[in-house]
Amino acid sequence: MKKILFIEDESTIQKAISRYLEQEGYKVKNALDGEIGLKSAKEIKPDLILLDLILPKKDGFDVLRELKKDESTKNIPVIALTNLEESDNIEKVLALGATAYLIKANYSLEEIAKKIKQILNQ
Amino acid sequence: MSTKKKYESLNFLKQCKKNHLELWQCPAFLFPLTGLLIIIAMISTYFIAIKYTQPEIVALIVIGITTILFIINHFIIQGVETLAEANKMKSEFIGIVSHQLRTPLTGIKWTLNLIMRKEEKINDCYGQELKEINDNNERMIKLVNDLLGVSKIEQKNPYIKSEKIDVKKLLEKIIKEYNPIAKAKNIEIKLDTKIDCLFIEFDKEGISIVFHNLIDNAIKYIKNKGHVKIRLINKNKFLRFEIEDNGVGIPKKDHENIFKKFFRSVNIMKHETVGTGLGLFIAKSIINKSKGKIGFHSKENKGTTFWFEIPIKITKNI
Repeated sequence: MKKILFIEDESTIQKAISRYLEQEGYKVKNALDGEIGLKSAKEIKPDLILLDLILPKKDGFDVLRELKKDESTKNIPVIALTNLEESDNIEKVLALGATAYLIKANYSLEEIAKKIKQILNQ
Repeated sequence: MSTKKKYESLNFLKQCKKNHLELWQCPAFLFPLTGLLIIIAMISTYFIAIKYTQPEIVALIVIGITTILFIINHFIIQGVETLAEANKMKSEFIGIVSHQLRTPLTGIKWTLNLIMRKEEKINDCYGQELKEINDNNERMIKLVNDLLGVSKIEQKNPYIKSEKIDVKKLLEKIIKEYNPIAKAKNIEIKLDTKIDCLFIEFDKEGISIVFHNLIDNAIKYIKNKGHVKIRLINKNKFLRFEIEDNGVGIPKKDHENIFKKFFRSVNIMKHETVGTGLGLFIAKSIINKSKGKIGFHSKENKGTTFWFEIPIKITKNI
């Protein structure tokens, strides 16, 4: 069973996506802030990370930077999942090493699950 | 500009009131005042120079007048800055509010996605109701996205920079998204093009928004049963897109306003109240930014054809 770490502080969004992905056959671990997310990534070594950018304690940009610096986590694909849309944020996140940048409101859970499957099969 | 509009632009009191500015802050008043003062100053200097032959007195008067003009110009700059700042704040405000609105809307959307799955029992009992909530939520998301689009354009914040896209493939994908809605209204969408595949360097997000907005309008304003014909033509240095519908059309008196922000034609409001009046404004801003042209021809109750042409740089698919 593939493991997915979802770093997101909004509980409604967290619950919806976790349940959907669990129904799709993934094991989902949630983290409510950047610091817990980073710690969990190092501990459980997920197959993929879904990362929000506006997070308490440590924002998504810093989490991504540290994930890509660490030998044990640098090869884990990261999907930035956010409602921030400015092109400089997108460029910044992709330059830091994220595999994809998805704007939450514009994607259904089905489309997100499809994207995850596609990345994990690469 | 029509005579009425020219007259309105000269009515500085109305202009200042419209922009919520005091007279001393209002460029529409201060500019003509400066002009008037310059004319008076020049004539006065001429007469003074005739009367007083001493150059010192003339020089002093010129310095005095220049100082007054300098002070007025200072107020003009302040007025322009106030307007620019207000506009910037408004765009930033829309940007921030839109981001904040998107989060709860995403929560609703995804929770609905979850309970509308076939496996969920609730979907059997309230399938139609859930669909209605979902449709309304999607409308809100579209509105927020449109407001963000306007905010980006007004902040001169460009969409994502150029990237290589297969424009025909992108258009086919968008048409496919609209097929279920069109089918439900007995509308056939037909793509007519000689292009097999065409890779161009272009702003993918921007052109997708333009395609979406124009196709969305064509479908929305056909009452029931009809056709939408889309043509994509490669004119070497230009790409031409045309979309023809046999919908309600645009009354002639509304033609000049159709690309204005928040404008919605009267006959369209009778037929379809859902809409923000932002789609065509955004489409025009994107096309203009790409140094392209956009236009339309329309006859009420017959239909409308929108078109745009954009300069393209064709690239190879490597």
